[in-house]
Amino acid sequence: MATLTLTQVRKSFGATEVIHGVDIDVAEGEFIVIVGPSGCGKSTLLRMVAGLETVTAGEIAINGQRVNEREPMDRNIAMVFQNYALYPHMSVFDNMAYGLKIARMPKPEIAARVAEAARLLQLEPYLARRPRELSGGQRQRVAMGRAIVRQPAVFLFDEPLSNLDAKLRVQMRLEIKALQRKLGITSLYVTHDQVEAMTLADRMIVMNEGNAEQIGAPLEVYERPATLFAAQFIGSPSMNVLPGEGAEDGVVLENGMRIPLGRPVAGKVMLGIRPEHLVPDADGPLAIETGMSEPVGAQTLVHGRLTGSTAECVASLPGVHRESDLPAVQRYAVPPHAAHVFDAATGRRIGV
Amino acid sequence: MAGGAQSGMVERRGWSLWLTHAGLILGVMVIAFPIWLAFVASTVTQPEIVRPPMPVLPGDQFFENYRKALVAGVNAPVAKMLMNSAVMALGIALGKIAISLLSAFAIVYFRFPGRKAFFWLIFLTLMLPVEVRIVPTYEVVAGFGMLNSHAGLILPLIASATATFLFRQFFMTVPDELVEAARVDGARPMRFFLDILVPMSRTNIAALFVILFIYGWNQYLWPLLITTDPQMNTIVMGIKQMFPSGDDIADWPVIMATSILAMLPPVLVVIFMQKLFIRGLVESEK
Repeated sequence: MATLTLTQVRKSFGATEVIHGVDIDVAEGEFIVIVGPSGCGKSTLLRMVAGLETVTAGEIAINGQRVNEREPMDRNIAMVFQNYALYPHMSVFDNMAYGLKIARMPKPEIAARVAEAARLLQLEPYLARRPRELSGGQRQRVAMGRAIVRQPAVFLFDEPLSNLDAKLRVQMRLEIKALQRKLGITSLYVTHDQVEAMTLADRMIVMNEGNAEQIGAPLEVYERPATLFAAQFIGSPSMNVLPGEGAEDGVVLENGMRIPLGRPVAGKVMLGIRPEHLVPDADGPLAIETGMSEPVGAQTLVHGRLTGSTAECVASLPGVHRESDLPAVQRYAVPPHAAHVFDAATGRRIGV
Repeated sequence: MAGGAQSGMVERRGWSLWLTHAGLILGVMVIAFPIWLAFVASTVTQPEIVRPPMPVLPGDQFFENYRKALVAGVNAPVAKMLMNSAVMALGIALGKIAISLLSAFAIVYFRFPGRKAFFWLIFLTLMLPVEVRIVPTYEVVAGFGMLNSHAGLILPLIASATATFLFRQFFMTVPDELVEAARVDGARPMRFFLDILVPMSRTNIAALFVILFIYGWNQYLWPLLITTDPQMNTIVMGIKQMFPSGDDIADWPVIMATSILAMLPPVLVVIFMQKLFIRGLVESEK
């Protein structure tokens, strides 16, 4: 159980700064997920916490203790790697016990800890096997077991599920969540998969180009994205963004369509509406030329273009709709609470 | 696959099977015949060898000739020379492996000034055969007073650019995440080297051991230069020393027995390490 605090953490490789001052406060036992596209610096940030990368500026503290200069082993952390990083010549038992052996823990205690972790992860029948004799999911469990036996202050996960197939990923996701709840160990988890982020996180950090765009509970980020980037990155399919101009009662889109929001808006803006919030309505303000439709089962994704402009738009309609059943131009209502307005220049959220 | 007869990659049948086997048997005979003759010559008496035609079936002097070779030899007992050779071959093989592992470890995992330069220096020595630097090497070894010593036999041959290069290539295929996992587990560099890198390289080590043992065993020129005392002779050069200078009669049965004895250790090493050796050459274990 520990807290983790990052204060204005920066990282440069040579002259290029890749992380531009990130502040994070992780409470005891909290599960924090850092999510962002590849190259946004999320893995670098995690590796800095692990001690595998040096910190250029700022401070990383575990339990209030500055750890910038400490070696990974002295930070009381454990890390689960993307490719598992199991030692190929050691048995599952030895893989899990290695860190403890180095720490010169007495043998009976090592055996007890490994047995406990193996029980927790259902690895008991495989303790004598080599990693290459295990399936992907089992290897993943061994990697987690190696982290658990150390009873660290902080767990670090570096995209641990990205090498698994889709079904196993869902299963392991639940297992990780259950395990973290049970052990109550503060965790930092990096992923590019927004579904993983939404489902696992107590709070998530949306990262973009070395900045933390938004820190908040998953639903909070979904419902009130702080920036255009966060708005588009979280949610699937991603949010429609239509450029427009502020007016006294809403937004006027570039094709002259007036979308009433019931509040005044000023300046050049971007109007964001999630596809699942578009409601077909013959009197609705938004007219979209119907293009392709993709039935997903529970919903149908209707792709189209805003009439009189080039802006692409997607609506996610519940139930099955065939392309032939949809009108050539479909009008949609925009519920005011589901409309997000962002400053066109800064990408920051405007108003509520 | 249907049936054991077709389990190979190529379907085998009829006369082509016999023909290929006949070819193989002929080849084996051509290669093995001189060795057989040497063996036969080591089991007969001196007059039987000298009088044509040479016998092709073993005689009854096996124990007598081998006993004589091992205990007395011509200049030095063969047992002594075998011992010298074993020390030299093992020293060279193990020394080369240890040094190459360490230098490859340094070059791959540590950032130090001149790292690239050191690598290229090592790589350059690949292009210099022993013979090119034999005179200065002799000078150095003589200066250290290592003539007629095991150290003198081993040390000048103990560095190996080839092995360093081989281990470097292998280490570079070891995923970085493994290094990082070991760091998080608390392994210091030497611990990582001993606990993880060395065991992972074991098939490479075995393959190299076979090659280097034979290399060390078959050294001829260097032992010939620096050992003047027959008690320090190695067996490969020792055989040559057994030939009489002048008009003396060569003791062929003993010389042949020595040759057979000289051949045995490398053969045994190959046989016993064959499995690991082949795995080391074909398999890259990650």
